[in-house]
Amino acid sequence: MSTTLDPSTTTTLTYSPQSEENMRNLRRAKKVRRIFNMFLLYCIAIPGAILFLLPFLWMFSASLKASNEIFLFPPRWIPSPLHWENYTNALALAPFGLYLRNTLFVTLGNMLGNLVSCTLAAYGFARLRGRGKNFLFLLMLGTIMLPNWVTLIPQYVLFSSIGWSNSFAPLMVPAWFGWPFFIFLLRQFFMTIPRELEEAARLDGASTFGIFWRIILPLSKPAIATVAVLAFIGNWNNFLTPLIYLRDTNLHTLAIAINRFRGQYAIYYNYMMAVSVLVVIPVIIIFFIFQRYLIQGIVTTGSKG
Amino acid sequence: MALLPKRLTQLTLRQQEERSFYLFILPWLIGFVLFTGGPVVYSFLMSLTNWTGIKTRDWVGLDNYIHLLTLDPNFWIVMKNTFTYGIASVILGTLLALAVAILMNQKIPGIRILRTLYYLPSVTSGIAIAIMWGWMFNPKAGLINFLLSLFGIQGPNWFSSTLWAMPGLIIVSLWGIGPNMIILLAGLQGIPQQLYEAARIDGANRWHEFRYVTVPMLSPVLFYVAVITMIGSFQIFENVLVLTNGGPGTATRVFVFDLYQNAFVNSRMGYASAQAWILCVIIMVLTWLMFRISRRQVQYEVVEE
Repeated sequence: MSTTLDPSTTTTLTYSPQSEENMRNLRRAKKVRRIFNMFLLYCIAIPGAILFLLPFLWMFSASLKASNEIFLFPPRWIPSPLHWENYTNALALAPFGLYLRNTLFVTLGNMLGNLVSCTLAAYGFARLRGRGKNFLFLLMLGTIMLPNWVTLIPQYVLFSSIGWSNSFAPLMVPAWFGWPFFIFLLRQFFMTIPRELEEAARLDGASTFGIFWRIILPLSKPAIATVAVLAFIGNWNNFLTPLIYLRDTNLHTLAIAINRFRGQYAIYYNYMMAVSVLVVIPVIIIFFIFQRYLIQGIVTTGSKG
Repeated sequence: MALLPKRLTQLTLRQQEERSFYLFILPWLIGFVLFTGGPVVYSFLMSLTNWTGIKTRDWVGLDNYIHLLTLDPNFWIVMKNTFTYGIASVILGTLLALAVAILMNQKIPGIRILRTLYYLPSVTSGIAIAIMWGWMFNPKAGLINFLLSLFGIQGPNWFSSTLWAMPGLIIVSLWGIGPNMIILLAGLQGIPQQLYEAARIDGANRWHEFRYVTVPMLSPVLFYVAVITMIGSFQIFENVLVLTNGGPGTATRVFVFDLYQNAFVNSRMGYASAQAWILCVIIMVLTWLMFRISRRQVQYEVVEE
């Protein structure tokens, strides 16, 4: 009898130690497969990430090489000895301290201007009512898509005619009059703040500006941080408007200063890389501290502005 | 007498809110008139003149546009270059961003760090990074040709080669896929898990899941990313200025680089304004297309569900 019975039917129908064994094997196989999948993912993701970071490492490596080592083939990743003096030598070739001051002045000034003007406008669009509001809001959204190349030439004509060219004014004044992308980002955030908070404050006799200042702004720190970081990075990297307006080299920002430096010291790749490293490092540090806000900003608006 | 003040305050409450609304948006409104709306109108008027930045200027009607579209041989070279760059960086950039987004959507330890590393290059745009790419693509001692030599490939002269300068710029553009990756990742995370479960019950394998769940559900986001990238790639400037200066010959002379040269090097302000308007129309058409198709896609999804 035992010889004719098909073992498969018994195992599926009734409990047997054998099926317990099968289940355990199945579970183990699943776990092995999961670990294998994970391993496979790392095998793609980690080399990919290294590939994305390689340009930075290459730039840093070149910044520490001697002039005769730089064209060595095959290249040496870790120069010996490390020429840290490239940094001091490169910085001595031009008044980079002055350029840094100019850049910080424009960048921080514009950041502040954007924060003030954009939070105000965003609150108006998020909460207050007035005739023509919808039309104005659409107008504002429409200008997000407008390429700045359209307004660049007439702005240049305007600023030149009032004697602002070759000064920081054309780079900085517009920042105090709103930036549509930031207004949109902040407005989206303000809309999520419960109205009850404002109504309670209004019953207590708070003015509209009081509500904006004491309730909305303190609750909007993440959105404000997002705008601050985006404004900082955007202005720090800005090249086009300083290039057009700033002729006097004493007014140059880092971006155009290193572009000029590139023209003068084209073959000193080690010096050029040293200066470039110094310009990129602040952005990298800010990114690592505030990346959460940057990514949130992109997810909210679907753009990096 | 007793009714009148009440009525007055009722009126003033609404009026007060309206006044507040306009006060809050005032900075933006002034900025819009002075730095955006006004310049847009002015730019269009300029595009109808032969303005060269000197006082004398004449109305030439649509001559600038007619000349650009029919007589200027440079214009169509520029258009071809711009579209080549745009289409190639959109296709490759979107596919790469999608691949990285899928990779980053896996639940494996350390994924947040990897995500940060893939995103990092996108915040470091600007001149310093363009200079770094010049060094990366250096034909003799650059990293790219060194890596190629490991596979026994003799790398091309990249930015000094008519054939390879454009592919070089396209490769550089792929480094900045970070924001697209984040948008696609948010899209992937928005796909309901039930759809995958249902597909699995129907016997779908990984490829089926990707082809019949992920792609259709993600298609509006994919399309959005593609259009945004296209609009952005029409405005590539710094990399061209630093890496190729539009050359060799006219091999990488792209739209806004040509516009910049006409406006601020050759002082053909009227002509460049006409170019800016053509750019504006192209971008408006792309934006319109994006809204139209994304609306259709959403309906398509609802029917499919």
